[in-house]
Amino acid sequence: MVRARVAKAGSERGVRLPSRPGLSDMAQTITSQKNMTFGEVGAAAAFAALAVLSIVVAAKAYTPEYAFHAYLFAAGSLWAVFKILDRYYDRPADLPPLEIAGKPNYSMGPVRFATVAAMVWGIAGFAVGLLAALQLAFPVLNLDLPWLSFGRIRPLHTSAVIFAFGGNVLIATSFYVVQRTCRARLAGDIAPWFVVLGYNFFIVIAGTGYLLGITQSKEYAEPEWYADLWLTVVWVAYFLVFLGTVMRRKEPHIYVANWFYLAFILTIAVLHLGNNAAVPVSLFSPKSYIVWAGVQDALVQWWYGHNAVGFFLTAGFLALMYYFIPKRADRPVYSYRLSIIHFWALIFLYIWAGPHHLHYTALPDWAQTLGMTFSVMLWMPSWGGMINGLMTLSGAWDKLRTDPVLRMMVVSVAFYGMATFEGPLMSVKAVNSLSHYTDWTIGHVHSGALGWVAYISFGAIYCLVPWLWNRKGLYSTKLVNWHFWISTIGIVLYISAMWVSGILQGLMWRAYTSLGFLEYSFIETVEAMHPFYVIRAMGGALFLVGALMMAWNLWKTITATEAAAPEGQPALVPAE
Amino acid sequence: MIDTYKALAGFAQTWGLLYFVGLFLIVVAYALSPSRKARFEEAAHTPLRED
Repeated sequence: MVRARVAKAGSERGVRLPSRPGLSDMAQTITSQKNMTFGEVGAAAAFAALAVLSIVVAAKAYTPEYAFHAYLFAAGSLWAVFKILDRYYDRPADLPPLEIAGKPNYSMGPVRFATVAAMVWGIAGFAVGLLAALQLAFPVLNLDLPWLSFGRIRPLHTSAVIFAFGGNVLIATSFYVVQRTCRARLAGDIAPWFVVLGYNFFIVIAGTGYLLGITQSKEYAEPEWYADLWLTVVWVAYFLVFLGTVMRRKEPHIYVANWFYLAFILTIAVLHLGNNAAVPVSLFSPKSYIVWAGVQDALVQWWYGHNAVGFFLTAGFLALMYYFIPKRADRPVYSYRLSIIHFWALIFLYIWAGPHHLHYTALPDWAQTLGMTFSVMLWMPSWGGMINGLMTLSGAWDKLRTDPVLRMMVVSVAFYGMATFEGPLMSVKAVNSLSHYTDWTIGHVHSGALGWVAYISFGAIYCLVPWLWNRKGLYSTKLVNWHFWISTIGIVLYISAMWVSGILQGLMWRAYTSLGFLEYSFIETVEAMHPFYVIRAMGGALFLVGALMMAWNLWKTITATEAAAPEGQPALVPAE
Repeated sequence: MIDTYKALAGFAQTWGLLYFVGLFLIVVAYALSPSRKARFEEAAHTPLRED
């Protein structure tokens, strides 16, 4: 049907010129016959079929929440069909050339979209995190609404910051870095857009699902089976686009950042499939049951969970470190050989560390010890990578004084070193017996998430936005400086409050009286933690304020007219 | 069941260990071999050589 409509439209416009050109003619760029590509036809047909299926599911859904999601799928699919056809009518007969005058014709549209999406989701995720922190200090703030209960808000926060913010940063930077370091245009025509838009659609499904109470209750893998299936399709497309671009490269060597991105994409695919092997109750029900049982399920979950940390939050963002720090400091990475050893050591070891989440559980003792041992060994590649990142600045340390963007990225690497020192320490069984289930874990996660992941992302976005929108520089470097200090104070407040709170909590739980009774009731430990929860919320608020300043700065950078671009001109700073 | 488990665990703890250590040693040799020094030096400059 699509084909027929297209052919008709083509003849109406009189663009149907000579019969199919020969192969030799195809090489020239003057082919004037306009045909839908295989991708356009296939994607439009697939989306049309998905729209029909979604409407049927919506009509027969067991719950209204699931029907709502089915309608979202239907609306999204119809929009996709419309966009594909609309774009086809507007585009010239030939697809964009791979090169223009010998230079790669980079495709930056999807990168721009994902960059903006990262910032928007980031602010949403930080704000929801602040709400969750305030709810812990002042439970009345759940307003007695089911949608705002802590149990729903928390996964909304974790997924928003990790997958929505972090995921968009990874997609944006990977599409940027792979093109620039391979000197090749992004593979695929509509595929990169499918990856970016499809991923963000997954985020919408996941986030609204949490608020409506749809969850499979697996940490960092809460979305139900249908969202997981959708993400699988998107992720395979992501892998193919990335790999296709690497294979198209003009550079003989695949730069190390791309190795980290590839490891991240490939491993996350494997983890996602393994951890979400579930059987739905029915096509018309959001509920599914996982095929793993008992302690095997727990192990698979934490094999997934820890490698989400290892390959999503570490390997992926190390790729940012290996590209953006050398680029910003204008120096090659300290040791390329170390980066190769860093890469292989990290991926050899990380995959085994998951069992440290299950110390003193039904998991066999040897498996717990294995998880602990590999976690301790991870200290070496982690610090090797940290040293490699930091030493890239040797001979250029003075740049830290003048460039707050570079400073942010260097501090992020320092936080990476700190968090990867703390992690192995906490994986040791004796330490874990005190730290596990307490706020210490939350503090540890946030020193990694705020200090490492968010800071390297902020640094990369501050670099990317002027490059992507062809601006000479950021609207205000001063504002970056403010962002840096305000959010650094926020992080310090956050993690120090959680250290004190966590150790206090752990010690109170294990305190016995001389008669062998527990010394404190549970509610006493909750009361004792209240002041630290307030401090933590203050830290989170500062972090959010910093991110808002960043968004304002980027907005002004993007909307500034090019004539007004030079940085730091007083006439341009009315808002300060 | 327990026999299969023991056989698999035994295999993993001996040959599996040797396999991974061997692979890793190959990686280290690849990274440190003097003949590749110039190539890696060149590769390190990839992000800085952009158009």
